[in-house]
Amino acid sequence: MTGCGGHEVPAGGQHPGRQDPGGGRVPEPAAGSAATGRVLRLRGQVLVDGAASGPLLKLDEPLSFWGGLDPAGGCIIDRRHPQCGRSVAGHVLLMPGGRGSSSSSTVLAEAIRLGTGPAAILLTSPDGIIALGALVARELYGRACPVVVVDPAAWPEEAPDGAGVAVDPGGFVHVGVQLTDGDG
Amino acid sequence: MALILDDRDRALLAGEEGEGARLAMKIIVRMAEIAGARRLRDITGAHIDGCLYHGQAGLDFVRRLADGGARVRVPTTLNVASLDLLHPELFRGDRYTAEQARRLMDAYVELGCEPTWTCAPYQLPRRPAFGEHVAWAESNAIVFANSVLGARTDRYGDFIDICAAVTGRVPDAGLHLDANRRGRVVFRLTGVNPRLLEEDAFYPVLGHLIGRMAGADIPVIVGLPPVESPAGAPAAPVAGGLPGCVEDRLKALGAAAASSGSVAMFHAVGLTPEAPTLEAALHGQPPDRVIEVTPAMLAGARDSLTTAADGPLSAVSVGTPHFSIHEFAALVPLLEGVRLHPGVDFYVNTSRHVLAEVERRGWLPVLEAAGVTIVTDTCTYVTPVMRQRRGIIMTNSAKWAYYAPGNLGVEVAFGSLAECVRSAVAGRVVRDDGLWRA
Repeated sequence: MTGCGGHEVPAGGQHPGRQDPGGGRVPEPAAGSAATGRVLRLRGQVLVDGAASGPLLKLDEPLSFWGGLDPAGGCIIDRRHPQCGRSVAGHVLLMPGGRGSSSSSTVLAEAIRLGTGPAAILLTSPDGIIALGALVARELYGRACPVVVVDPAAWPEEAPDGAGVAVDPGGFVHVGVQLTDGDG
Repeated sequence: MALILDDRDRALLAGEEGEGARLAMKIIVRMAEIAGARRLRDITGAHIDGCLYHGQAGLDFVRRLADGGARVRVPTTLNVASLDLLHPELFRGDRYTAEQARRLMDAYVELGCEPTWTCAPYQLPRRPAFGEHVAWAESNAIVFANSVLGARTDRYGDFIDICAAVTGRVPDAGLHLDANRRGRVVFRLTGVNPRLLEEDAFYPVLGHLIGRMAGADIPVIVGLPPVESPAGAPAAPVAGGLPGCVEDRLKALGAAAASSGSVAMFHAVGLTPEAPTLEAALHGQPPDRVIEVTPAMLAGARDSLTTAADGPLSAVSVGTPHFSIHEFAALVPLLEGVRLHPGVDFYVNTSRHVLAEVERRGWLPVLEAAGVTIVTDTCTYVTPVMRQRRGIIMTNSAKWAYYAPGNLGVEVAFGSLAECVRSAVAGRVVRDDGLWRA
């Protein structure tokens, strides 16, 4: 069983960003989705490398995957978590970090094995337990779930849940940002 | 700032001692790079959390190590698993999961780990001394080792725990380093009712509050009652020298703080070995934050551990982390000559080591006569052993109260050990709010 509470499980896609090097936050031409969109690029610190893309899911608080994520369906089950009931499957998670239990690595690896895990994880502070789960899943199953630390000050706050995000192996994160009227 | 490996590290990494050791060292090295470590360091022991079955991935990993010829290099204990091997009839899960869980347990023993099956390795006879470097997993054990024993472990988890045990090495980073053990957030208990400080139930509530407010920073608690020496003067903090009941309080506090937050170490001024004074706990620097703990904050934290405060009780679960011998010493008199309500199941989670001591002291008949179910090797909130999940389940553990609603889908009421027993006799939740509202 995948999905929870009617949330769609998106299919992964090719990342829309360009490959040129550099750092910081760079606007890019819109790729795909919204005609009024633009793409920002920021450079993160790679904990686990790989390429992936998917819709953004922002977690307002740290989440312990153990006790907080059901790997069978990819749903957040921590009742105290603001995003409880959402599915992480196929999404690019933006999260402040993990929390609590040291069993979270296995739960993440199991979710990646089952295909219910996130497409990629963006952390606002480094978290070894999360990185390890993704690292072991790659060693055992050859499946990439890149884990990248991004600078919260450089992150485009205006990027909504569902915005297209792509991560490339060099740690560049491409974020689709909706423009408001008159912005461009 | 590159990571420097020594000859033994490079030999393992080159596969000279087998594929299992090579994979383990590869993961240690990558995690050391992520942590920004300059080198690896030796450990004297390990505690493994990976033996609890969460799915195929955990089993696949340990089989990869075992089939690659790996063996642990340091004394290594095992955390709770999914099965109670002493009381196998308690398991209510499906047969496939039981078989997989057993394979996982067997694989860790095959690697040379000791079948201790407890989340409270600090209750075993041999535990790390002050200043000893170890690789412990299981969040409550980590916080206890760092805070109460003054041993040094970073926040290890599944996979890296066994990689550390197999290689005998860890990244020289995190809480292994002096600078990272400095207290950051001071919690003052000046405004707390002194009578509350004498209640065991105060400690998990305080831990729950601290975890939520400190996040991953190291808290420093000022105002916990000092341990009196026989002469009546406060005793100087000595690593591992606290009375059992004080250790149990700090166990409950740390477990709660590691559940609601990422606390891996705390200082309790006058109690824990790296905090003889506030200044020592802060390493002589000013704190990042100072928080005055108010009665309202404590009442709020206590309330947030309860999803249903009133109604029929279906079960009580205590012993998360595993019940110590001192906790049994407190429970047994409460149960003597008592008949629990027929609709209420009463579970005590403990280790096989402590259970053997309970038997030796002749306490088992009292527990059996009262109708208590003893669970060893595992815990009621990580595996299906509880007979009933409807109605309210009561616990004296903030950690259990924090995780069980999500894990088991149950309603939970938090109370003291005495309230748990009174409620189990009455068949409904009985709690005294008096001290908390004062």
